Amino acid sequence: MNFDYSEEQQLLADSVRRYLQDKYGFEERKKIIAGQGWSDEVWAKFAEMGLTGLPISPDYGGFGGGAVDLMSVMEAFGEALVVEPLLPTLIAARLVGRAGSDAQKKTILPAVAEGRLRLAFASSPRGKVVGAPAAGKLVVLDGADLHIADAADVKMEPYRTLDNMAAGEVVVGKKELLAKNAKAHVDEALDFATALVCAEAVGAMKFACETTLEYLKTRKQFGVPIGAFQALQHRIVDMFISQEQARSMACLACSKIDSSENASERARAVSAAKIRIADAARHVSQESVQLHGGMGMSEELKVSHSFRRLTVLARQFGDADHHLERFASL
Amino acid sequence: MDLNYSPDELAFRDQVRDWLSKNLPAELKDKGHYSKEELLRWHRILAKQGWVAPAWPKEWGGTGWNVVQRYIFEEELGYAGGPPLIPFGLTMCAPVLLRFGTEAQKKRFLPRIYHGEDFWCQGYSEPGSGSDLASLKTKAMKEDGSYVVNGQKIWTTLAHYADWIFCLVRTDATLEKRQEGISFLLMDMKSPGITVRPLILMDGAHEVNEVFFDDVKVPAENLVHEEGKGWTVAKYLLGHERMNTGRIGESKRQLAKLKELASSQMKSNPRFRDRLSRLEIELIALEITNLRFLDRMRRTGQPPGADVSMLKIKGTEIQQGLTELAMECTDPLAGDEKSLALQKKYLSMRKTTIYAGSNEIQRNIIAKMTLGL
Repeated sequence: MNFDYSEEQQLLADSVRRYLQDKYGFEERKKIIAGQGWSDEVWAKFAEMGLTGLPISPDYGGFGGGAVDLMSVMEAFGEALVVEPLLPTLIAARLVGRAGSDAQKKTILPAVAEGRLRLAFASSPRGKVVGAPAAGKLVVLDGADLHIADAADVKMEPYRTLDNMAAGEVVVGKKELLAKNAKAHVDEALDFATALVCAEAVGAMKFACETTLEYLKTRKQFGVPIGAFQALQHRIVDMFISQEQARSMACLACSKIDSSENASERARAVSAAKIRIADAARHVSQESVQLHGGMGMSEELKVSHSFRRLTVLARQFGDADHHLERFASL
Repeated sequence: MDLNYSPDELAFRDQVRDWLSKNLPAELKDKGHYSKEELLRWHRILAKQGWVAPAWPKEWGGTGWNVVQRYIFEEELGYAGGPPLIPFGLTMCAPVLLRFGTEAQKKRFLPRIYHGEDFWCQGYSEPGSGSDLASLKTKAMKEDGSYVVNGQKIWTTLAHYADWIFCLVRTDATLEKRQEGISFLLMDMKSPGITVRPLILMDGAHEVNEVFFDDVKVPAENLVHEEGKGWTVAKYLLGHERMNTGRIGESKRQLAKLKELASSQMKSNPRFRDRLSRLEIELIALEITNLRFLDRMRRTGQPPGADVSMLKIKGTEIQQGLTELAMECTDPLAGDEKSLALQKKYLSMRKTTIYAGSNEIQRNIIAKMTLGL
């Protein structure tokens, strides 16, 4: 039993966090959102830090890491509300790595690891795809079969999600087969993605809790910091408890992705985690805005943006109801 | 990161589980309330095995287990469904004596606690002093080398079984800082002037009492630590390693029993099923949270921070949630013994969020100590 990150995991998390604190502040993020919706410069830095190659096999230029390795990275992304589409790229890369031919892997995976190629995953040939506008290739599920398509062969209407991710309404044209009957691979990749979304949500909750605590200590009314009021103290304590419980479940989900041989054991842990994280995300985000008062509603404060992100993460890859159904069936 | 126990820890767990399956008498399992004889019977079986006080120093009978082994043991003990080990002697009075007691006090009391020869209870709360414990009024005045105690304690769990009571008493009512006038005193329950009156709770059970002190003479040698240092002792006890406040093992057993009981509701009523799932998930999360705290303790060698209060908050909410769902599996108008037992268990468990520092007090502690509010 060991709940520590390894030395390498900790070093990586620290350097990602430091970079995001220095170069990915609220103002910088705002500029990226006002522009194309992602920064190629930031992406190049992610690649340089090894993030794009982290879960890719060393045979194809990656580091062979797992979900636990990515957990601390996703947590840091959640804290900074990163909009660059790392997760869509990694889901699609995982599918190529598991379902693709050696030749396909050789063309795609090293380019992803080096930061030259972004990917996205489309769960059907027509539909909404997060990360599509930034992607050079799309991995596409069509029925039970997996394909890969060049961005040039995809018709796309770009849009932004509630939490400012660049997404696209796509219609996939010409595509190349990756694998037939790839359902097991897709299920696994979606569990992988769900576990990472849990970790990202934990990071966003950490930010929301800490910034709210800071606000309670500095905002004065009736001549005292509002954190002196017990009605508010108990509510923020409950926010921190929710966040800790959510973190425990994110640990469980990520470690089961890496260690579980059994698909239903893995799925059960991931669903349990997503239910708890969805509940916690809703609780923490709503309370963080409420305890900020009117300021919490303002677009000028980052807390309103963590609210938006947590609202999406709570439901992305299945909301609590969806996962309650799956949890009970396993 | 590895959430699994090591092979050594698993072997230890299996050893404990195996021993419990062979040595816990079936007739002692899953009874809501236990007689004094039943409680002591199980206490003595564990004492004979050398496992009744794992956290004590080895010279006094401790096992020398590390924090993880102790946690595993406590969880297995809860999961086995036997009588609870009554904490007042083993994990409350004893750690206090080990830390603050004189050699004579240790020699006199510790072996008797270990072997279940003295049954202890705790005299903290008073009618006017619940959450605001430092306002307590029970007086102990020194006269001719003894203390003379007058006053009243309330909610005294199992005082009607107890041979001894440890009490917080006021030895000086003149000090401005009221905490400094409190002392920690041990009293023989057979002392003249002590009266125990039952308080029957809403499930009809007799667990707690009022204890009255009317000119009770207590030898001065029964004072623990110095006069006026009782609050320090109480705070030490509060901060003393309390890693099983989440009651994970017991809740796991309750969950398994609830799933059996509710198998038809689970199929026919998705609303019930989802509530049960959420409780199960909260319990899974709490177990991991608890292990994360343990892991931190093991790494840093530091005692748990104030945030273990969250284990009490979440653990008791889960206990209440499980018994509430079990109650809902019965006919609301039932009169049979089995249904009424489930309904009364629900009533009884409402106490858990109130006792041992109400959950509101636990939130105050986290707000102040962890969040700095």
